[in-house]
Amino acid sequence: MAEPIISVSGVKKYFGSTKAVDGIDLTIEKGEFVALLGPNGAGKTTLVEMIEGIQKPDKGEILINNLPWKGNETKLRKIIGISFQETYFIEKLTVWETLELFSGFYDLPRERSEAIIELIGLSEKRKTYTKHLSGGQRQKLALGIAFLNQPEVLLLDEPTTGLDPTARREIWEILKKLRKTYNTAMILTTHYMEEASYLCERIVIIDRGKVLARGTLDDLLSEYINGEKISFAVNMSLSNNGIPKPDSIINMNFSEDGLKGEIIVKDLVEYLPSFLQYIEEEKLTLTSLECRKMTLDDLFIAMTGRHLIEEK
Amino acid sequence: MRQLILLTGVELKEYIREPGVLFWAIFFPILLALGLGLAFSGGGEMEKTVAIVCADTDCTFPYDLSEESKGKLLGNEKIGYTRYQFEKTSWDESILMLKKGMISMILKVDGEDIQYHFDPNNAEANYAYLQLSAAIKGEAPDPGNITVLEQAGTRYIDFLIPGLLAMGVMMSCMWGISYSNVDRRNKKLLRRMVATPMKKYNYVASQLVSRLMLSAIEVLLLVGITKWIFDISVTGSILAVVLLVIAGNVAFTGLAILIASRTANTQIANGLINLVVMPMMIMSGIYFSYHNFPDFMIAVIQFLPLTILADSIRTVFLEGATLINVLPQMISLFVFGLVSYGLGIRIYKWY
Repeated sequence: MAEPIISVSGVKKYFGSTKAVDGIDLTIEKGEFVALLGPNGAGKTTLVEMIEGIQKPDKGEILINNLPWKGNETKLRKIIGISFQETYFIEKLTVWETLELFSGFYDLPRERSEAIIELIGLSEKRKTYTKHLSGGQRQKLALGIAFLNQPEVLLLDEPTTGLDPTARREIWEILKKLRKTYNTAMILTTHYMEEASYLCERIVIIDRGKVLARGTLDDLLSEYINGEKISFAVNMSLSNNGIPKPDSIINMNFSEDGLKGEIIVKDLVEYLPSFLQYIEEEKLTLTSLECRKMTLDDLFIAMTGRHLIEEK
Repeated sequence: MRQLILLTGVELKEYIREPGVLFWAIFFPILLALGLGLAFSGGGEMEKTVAIVCADTDCTFPYDLSEESKGKLLGNEKIGYTRYQFEKTSWDESILMLKKGMISMILKVDGEDIQYHFDPNNAEANYAYLQLSAAIKGEAPDPGNITVLEQAGTRYIDFLIPGLLAMGVMMSCMWGISYSNVDRRNKKLLRRMVATPMKKYNYVASQLVSRLMLSAIEVLLLVGITKWIFDISVTGSILAVVLLVIAGNVAFTGLAILIASRTANTQIANGLINLVVMPMMIMSGIYFSYHNFPDFMIAVIQFLPLTILADSIRTVFLEGATLINVLPQMISLFVFGLVSYGLGIRIYKWY
């Protein structure tokens, strides 16, 4: 087993009666990308801020490169890169000046800022005041600053929340590129499962301060849920008595009026023809049909009864 | 060192690029000095309206009361001239004018008898009474026994400039430092900065260094321009002025850091700054001497940092004080600054 760069053991953090983080263990190896996936208020940010050394755990221990925060601040600050959920900069400072300021904190040469501005694709915005940047551009700048010191550990707190899909993609590509260039480990918090599965090999699902599940996407899906889902709607009421091949079905759900339903089956390819045949025999007409694999969101619902991204 | 230079550069850039801040910190005190200096340095004639209430229709008032009257010009070349405009009106109407501040005196004319109605605590009305009543009796002050004091150091503007200088130091520190720190905390920028190997002392020091640089510019401009226009010069030690301005910056940077040490809410910060700044602006003898306040208040006022700064700059400007004379004040400002600074840093919230 490779050497862990971050090890979190038995960490707890309470705010009054709120258990923000309620006993979490986590190890991350060098060069590994790990996603902390969970809904708003799950405790992701508190956990990450404790790893960042910004908050102190009430209980438990956090080691980075086998060093605790206490007494090693200067050393650890140099090897980690951070981006917060939302970062503002000094408004009347240009993109370039902001990079130079932070690069000065790490005592880096000018070439480093040049390389970063190229990497984050903000060369054209070099002389723009940060207050005139869009949300996506600001987030790219925040990431750029996080990469400045070629960190061994990157801690990104919801880097793409609130961004449009294009900007989100762009940030993903930057992170992928970064991964190829440097052997950095990353913890990324998110409530987008696509983000977690696209960027990270390991996913840790968190809710209410506790780890619910962890593993690779495939592991998680095969371990906790299996099957594929058929969602449909029909023109006339349908009862679940006559549905064919009950052996192949894992679970099913019908609306009260019998016009809508969901069937979770072991093997979609094998099951779907008999389902369609049944509809035809019953002289029903499908008004909608959707078949898909189970996702992390389904997993999350199965575990907590709630969606990852709460509907408004 | 690189951190300090970069951070100081950032502070200065932020200042220079924010025209509003630059205006309030540097040009406003100068404009204020010019405005007040001109307003109180006499010249030209003043105009005053006096309400006349007559008991009967044929009013026997010594001066023309008709609509087209140009009023009466009183005074002489030494004390300056005042043009009195007389407005014939009813008693009720004149009271209303008094309430609105349009007049400060009502004359009730009944035959030969003239009654002067005014508030004797109002210096302006008092002056008008003395001048008008004398003129109506046919007396006029003899300009021959008046000598106008025009030598530098005895005029109102001489009193004003050192105070404005001190106030400028306070204002730019309090608003510049407190506000920007709270704003940066609010936007989590402080948190972002201390999450790097940035040294906290460099961050705080950069605030003082940048403020000193701005102060230097402000002092040079204010002293230069007022010297040119009002012929104000420093009679004491220039070095003492420089050191006092530095001490003042240390004192108010310290106070600003202390005020900004905890809150992340710019509105609360706003209130806190005003709470500290306003009383000092009014009481520390910037615009008028604080010796008019009751004794028990003076005892307190004398220990306010702005009072100490304004008084000691004033003694250097006007009374020819040397470095030694103002050393105790200078030291107390430094100590005050360093103590608040230390306290502020101790409780400072970076996250």
